[in-house]
Amino acid sequence: MNVTLETQDPITCCDECLVRPGNTNCGGCGMSVGLVMLDRALKSAGQRCQLVIPACCGIVTAGGYPTTGYSVPVLASTFAASPAFASGVAAVRDLNDEPHQVICWAGDGGTYDIGMAALSAAAERNENIIYICYDNEIYGNTGGQRSSATPPGARTTTTPVGKLERKKDIMAIMAAHRIPYAATLSIAHPEDFARKLDTALHLEGFRFLLIHSPCPTGWKSEPAESVELVRLAVGSGLFPVYEVFDGWRYRITIKPNGADPMEYYRRQNRFPAAAMDADAVRAEVAGATARLARLAEVFAAG
Amino acid sequence: MAIEVVTGNHAAGYALSVAAEANRVGRGAACGIYPITPQTEIVEFVARFPFTKGRVIAVESEHSAMGVSIGAAMAGARAFTASSSNGLAYMTENIMVAGYYRLPIVLAAVNRTLGPPWNIWADQGDTLYLRDFPVIQLYCETNQEVLDSTLLAFRLAEDPRILLPVMVIMDAFILSHTQMETDLPEQDLVDRFLPPLELPHQLNFERPTTVGGLTWPRETLSQRLEIDEAMERVGAVYEEHRAAFEKIFGRDPGGAISAFETEDAEAVLIASGTIASTAREVVRTRRARGEKIGMVKMKMFRPLPVDALLDAMPRATKIGVLDRDYAAGVGGVWWHDLRAAMQGRRDDVMVQDYLTGVCGGDVTPAMLDEVIDDLLGRRSAGKPVWKGIDR
Repeated sequence: MNVTLETQDPITCCDECLVRPGNTNCGGCGMSVGLVMLDRALKSAGQRCQLVIPACCGIVTAGGYPTTGYSVPVLASTFAASPAFASGVAAVRDLNDEPHQVICWAGDGGTYDIGMAALSAAAERNENIIYICYDNEIYGNTGGQRSSATPPGARTTTTPVGKLERKKDIMAIMAAHRIPYAATLSIAHPEDFARKLDTALHLEGFRFLLIHSPCPTGWKSEPAESVELVRLAVGSGLFPVYEVFDGWRYRITIKPNGADPMEYYRRQNRFPAAAMDADAVRAEVAGATARLARLAEVFAAG
Repeated sequence: MAIEVVTGNHAAGYALSVAAEANRVGRGAACGIYPITPQTEIVEFVARFPFTKGRVIAVESEHSAMGVSIGAAMAGARAFTASSSNGLAYMTENIMVAGYYRLPIVLAAVNRTLGPPWNIWADQGDTLYLRDFPVIQLYCETNQEVLDSTLLAFRLAEDPRILLPVMVIMDAFILSHTQMETDLPEQDLVDRFLPPLELPHQLNFERPTTVGGLTWPRETLSQRLEIDEAMERVGAVYEEHRAAFEKIFGRDPGGAISAFETEDAEAVLIASGTIASTAREVVRTRRARGEKIGMVKMKMFRPLPVDALLDAMPRATKIGVLDRDYAAGVGGVWWHDLRAAMQGRRDDVMVQDYLTGVCGGDVTPAMLDEVIDDLLGRRSAGKPVWKGIDR
């Protein structure tokens, strides 16, 4: 069989869903939930999208060519350059007055690390694209190595005794670009999640969305507990859920409920107990929560 | 038509711009740009060009410059970019992607020595090192050839039988910053030569494929074979477009190779880029003294036009390849490739390598006289001979 890019029709089973049934994603994968949420938000807004996906589990979701797990056009980009690829796609969309969204869908490796320069540059140019990072805090696609999104204490294949450094505060970095919209999203809070996607879909310019995305294989957690885990992360303040307009107007959309961060750690096998100092963890989280609350109070989103 | 005295960079920038502008009736033009000496003037030119339907995005790196152009091309626009030396090296991952995605992106490349150490002068090592990717490579001798080849490059790249990126290449400073009389064609002529682009596999909501996702070995192999078949077609398709070019613009943009005094030549020099000018003059002088020598200018490096080369020098038994490049542990890239390609077809030919002008050194007529003397005096080929080294 001579398969060509020009002539081979995609094999489809469901044209209604952004991500089709039968894809290869793992059970309990937060990214899968995120894609379903994105699908609903697009339908609700009456919009469609083209996806640009760098190396990450999101491109594996497509499955083996000529089948595709997506019902929209997808351009696989090089690992470091999805915002650049998307800038080119979006430029041509705008030149031709087409209404669809151009959306980057990337993991934490392509966002926090190898793609940081292209991401920062596209944000600085205020490219008219939506950039969504599903942050599973690990290089899940290569079997679970450290990323700069990996939280302190987490054991990965390249941090065998637990990571020693803090997680990079990418929201602060993105907000510093004064982009129109930056928000964190949790699959445990679908109404908030949907509202933020809708907000992003109705704004122009560079929009950055960060999804806390459980990875059961990397987190050494039960797939069935994924949503419960990220709910604990929000409740304890480990993953603050908020939005930032134009880089300086803040709104906390889901307030922590006083859950104990240590419960979040205990329910995953990636955090060796010896690496976790409960008092230090609680103090760190309390400090970050208070700081964000103060920002939201002083620089409130109207 | 307007004949102006312009640099090679200006010629390339003009050609890229008017070619892209010609797609204003299609999906427009868009590209990413990033500066590097000695290419910078090219991207400055296109950044100033008043495109009717185009966007030039000044990005943060060569890697992203090609990334933007890939995204634009995949969305159906006419796309191009430019780079040089370490910038090309940094862009390499995405040049490779543009090739495997079968995108007709034209890349203007100014040959400059790869560093370290920091050296801004001409050396073809930066483009020749891309030899294993599906990218057509055209080396130019004059600024007019830069302009003509760039226009031709779009038509060749966008031909549905080809659909591959094309690199149009010139020597740093010797062309990039040297002014020559150049015929800069008006937009309406360019419009006649370059019809709107309709990329068959552009992103399309009616056929929502995942371009570049996982493929199994069988499908990947099939796509590689198609690239090989497209490369096989390049020679003939190039000739078609060369004829069309001549009809519209009234001049010959040059062939994949250009032979000079080779029909009865027993010894032949093979040169590319600006060294060809010097080599031609040296051969002309020695011909006048009755020596049966000739010279071939190689414009096309990928695909390598070996058949045309062999046809052009039926009586040659000694070939001297002039390489303005050095591949560590191998010698000259042109020599390495040509020698390999001749194997089994012209085993009677002695192919000797001369490393001339490597790292930007001057290539003088006296140096080429030495090369010819050495070639004529040889009974067998030896290791590559370095020229221009003081020690």
